[in-house]
Amino acid sequence: MKNKLKVLRAERDWTQAQLAEALEVSRQTVNAIEKGKFDPSLPLAFKAARLFKLSIEEIFQDEG
Amino acid sequence: MTDKNNEIISKAKSWQQKNKNNTAKLGFWSTAWVLSMALTNFGPRFIWDLNISLTVIAVLLNLALGLKMVLANIAHIKALDEMQQRIQLNAMGITLGLSLVVGLTYSNLDVLDLITFHADIAHLVIFMGLTHIIAIFIGNRKYQ
Repeated sequence: MKNKLKVLRAERDWTQAQLAEALEVSRQTVNAIEKGKFDPSLPLAFKAARLFKLSIEEIFQDEG
Repeated sequence: MTDKNNEIISKAKSWQQKNKNNTAKLGFWSTAWVLSMALTNFGPRFIWDLNISLTVIAVLLNLALGLKMVLANIAHIKALDEMQQRIQLNAMGITLGLSLVVGLTYSNLDVLDLITFHADIAHLVIFMGLTHIIAIFIGNRKYQ
C-alpha cells in the first residue's frame, strides 16, 4: 500500500517524531509506514486522516 | 502547527510517558522476580539453613513476583503501538514454537543417552531468552 504520509508531514514541517507523537505510535512505526513496510490498521489510518483533515483514500492508496 | 495539533501532540506525550512507565514497571518486576529466584535457590543452603517454613515462603514469594511480572508484561505489550505488538507477537510465536521443538529434541537426546550431560531446564530457559531477543531484533530490522 502506497501513502503520502511523508509528503503531508513535510508540507507541515513536522518531524517523524512529532507525527509519531500525534498518532500515538513510535517513530519507528511512522518510518515503517512511510516506507511502505508496514500497513497501518483502519483505526490508525482514520487517526492520520483526522490529523491531516483528509480522507483515508487521499493518504493511502491500494497498489493492488 | 495549529492549536488542535498542539493539543493532540501534548495528549500523545502522555501516551509515550505511559509507555516509559510500563517499561520501567516491567523492569522492576522482572528484577524482583530474578532476585527472588536467586533467593529461593540459594537461600535454603546459604542463608536460613534449610528451614522449611522460610523455604516455602521464598517459593511462594517467587511465584507471586513471577505473576506480577507476567501482569506487567501484559500491560507493557497492550500499551505498545500496533507495529511493536506485531513484532512482539511474531517473536513470541517463534520462541514458543522453537522452544517446544528444540526442547523436546533436547529431552530426547538426554533420554536416549545421546548426550553425556543432563538436559537441564535452565538450558531451555536460556534458549528461550536468546531466541526471543534474536526474533525481536530481526523483527525490528524487518520494519526499518
